[in-house]
Amino acid sequence: MDNVIRRRTVGARIGRAMLYAVLLLAALFYLLPLAVMLITSVKPLAEISPGTLLSLPREPTLAPWAKAWGEACTGMRCEGVGGYFFNSIAIVAPAVAISTVIGALNGYALTKWRFRGSELLFALMLFGCFIPFQVVLLPMAQTLGWLGLSSSRAGLILVHVVFGIAFTTLFFRNFFVAVPTELVSAAKLDGAGFFRIFWRILLPVSTPIIVVSVIWQFTQIWNDFLFGVAFSAHDTQPVTVALNNLVNTSTGVREYNVDMAAAMIAALPTLLVYVLAGKYFVRGLTAGSVKG
Amino acid sequence: MAALEINNVCKIFGSEQVLRDVSLAIDSGEFLILVGPSGCGKSTLMNAIAGLEPVTSGEIRIAGEEVTWQTPAERDIAMVFQSYALYPSMTVRQNISFGLEMRKVPRAEREAAVERVADLLQISHLLDRKPSQLSGGQRQRVAMGRALAREPKIYLFDEPLSNLDAKLRVDMRTEIKKLHQRLGTTIVYVTHDQIEAMTLADCIAVMRDGRILQLGTPDEVYNDPVDIFVAGFMGSPSMNFIVAILEGGAGDYRLRIATPEEEDLVLPWPAVRETPDMAGQVGREVILGLRPEHIGEEDARLGDRNEGTRITARISVVEPTGADILLQLPLGQGEVTARVGPRCRVLAGERLALRVDMGRAVLFDSETERRLA
Ligand SMILES: Nc1ncnc2c1ncn2[C@@H]1O[C@H](COP(=O)(O)OP(=O)(O)OP(=O)(O)O)[C@@H](O)[C@H]1O
Ligand SMILES: [Mg+2]
Repeated sequence: MDNVIRRRTVGARIGRAMLYAVLLLAALFYLLPLAVMLITSVKPLAEISPGTLLSLPREPTLAPWAKAWGEACTGMRCEGVGGYFFNSIAIVAPAVAISTVIGALNGYALTKWRFRGSELLFALMLFGCFIPFQVVLLPMAQTLGWLGLSSSRAGLILVHVVFGIAFTTLFFRNFFVAVPTELVSAAKLDGAGFFRIFWRILLPVSTPIIVVSVIWQFTQIWNDFLFGVAFSAHDTQPVTVALNNLVNTSTGVREYNVDMAAAMIAALPTLLVYVLAGKYFVRGLTAGSVKG
Repeated sequence: MAALEINNVCKIFGSEQVLRDVSLAIDSGEFLILVGPSGCGKSTLMNAIAGLEPVTSGEIRIAGEEVTWQTPAERDIAMVFQSYALYPSMTVRQNISFGLEMRKVPRAEREAAVERVADLLQISHLLDRKPSQLSGGQRQRVAMGRALAREPKIYLFDEPLSNLDAKLRVDMRTEIKKLHQRLGTTIVYVTHDQIEAMTLADCIAVMRDGRILQLGTPDEVYNDPVDIFVAGFMGSPSMNFIVAILEGGAGDYRLRIATPEEEDLVLPWPAVRETPDMAGQVGREVILGLRPEHIGEEDARLGDRNEGTRITARISVVEPTGADILLQLPLGQGEVTARVGPRCRVLAGERLALRVDMGRAVLFDSETERRLA
């Protein structure tokens, strides 16, 4: 909304119209790759040729999607990306849940039960947000080996949880810091303990930041490729790795429509999560910065 | 037996000493008010009593039992926070009964308790609302209700009325007074409001820089302050401090006050209020403390039978407050405030005859600022 009060002159209107035009163009530009993917994924192979990237399919077909899901070859096997899609879900769901819960508890303890060195601890955790993933690949592989979790789904979940905690802790700490400490004091006087206060007083007001944490973690872990490729075996690979294998498997003709359909399948969940909960995401990120 | 006893409590935050050797004791059923300038450590002391902040040294006893290292829950204290601190996700009913629920009080009893305090505070119609749907005054009453639902050993109120408008504040003040008379529970109460302090307290503790300067009844603190700070802090408008020279000797002390462009004023000090300390100050500067109400107008019909010592002064400012009129007049090095009746007809710039009630005046040492007489 325009918060500036001024008279609407003709010039101002033209200026506004141009502004919208530019924004619209920019939006279209960013949507173009998605459109190309969608269009290509429902074209029969015969219709795909250079120069017709943007033309609509004459005979739309869902066959590439079906093939990508159930038949396309990813390396040696030809079972599509469907199975790997469920692999991803089996990794993402627990990893998101665990890292969010731990982040919430960390944020709660760091703000409402301060102890000597809690600020330092938080600063060190923040550091975790900035560590490039590549740096830890080898030590992490070693650790997983010691734990007997190499190439297992549990191992991959552990890696994602460990990396996610830095971010989820940051989110929850910044959210809880704005929640008045008197609430916790009042609950202590009322006789509630650490977990009771968390569960009954703080959690019910944390919906926005839970949404932020879940979306963020979901997107990060679902889109992860590096850890997936480094720490998984064939049957525990996430969909991103399978997608890469699918695209890189060269047997005869390049089936762009199948590639695109597989890419769409791999990208849909994050899109969906953002569309469904994006509103809360933006709201949660700015929560606490403004009163009310 | 003392309901609350604080012995030599110190609290240090980092390098800052916030409470310095605080000691006090109050009896069961007493209403103690803590006053003092912002940042003097009142809330810190409350938090120490509640067990929300550990003390650095010293000892706290509740009903005879040492509680210094007990958790807030074990101490059995209810507190009303300055910010109310109502649980935002709970209804008023849940807010009030939460403390009982945590203490495993059976449901029927909890409901009875909610009914009881809701009636008492007239919030029965609000029980199913969330705190965000309440006005400030209603929230305040809910905060009070949450404390009253339980029957703790001590209630702590940290500036509970500071967010209310003037009218509601006066009403709530009366309510709290009635409540205390009815329940007879021990209360510690922080306020910045002079009138709240004077009307509610059985006992007032005046604090400054983490120390208790004086602990006494409202009458003692008001009429018999230990030093200039306490004298100036209590009362509104505050006490006038006038630099004077002490003259004469035992049985005939006088105070000479030099006012620019006026003749020196000599006020006799009442013999009954002499103290041995005064002897050492003869010929030196002392500070005379006079409350505005101790400088009043002369009643023309009474003439010489008026009480107090006569002075005349050129009035510089006239401030009617409704109930009475405050006058500013030059006396000593600065201006002083006098309080006269609402019918006194005087204009700024006119001279007026006033009477000073030296029987209630106090005298301070000008260096140590301690009370002389
Ligand atoms: N957690 C803390 N860490 C460091 N210093 C603190 C902390 N809490 C309070 N202080 C300091 O202790 C002093 C006393 O604070 P306190 O809140 O007790 O003041 P107060 O008398 O309640 O003031 P007010 O009337 O403004 O509420 C202040 O100087 C404050 O800066
Ligand atoms: Mg305070």
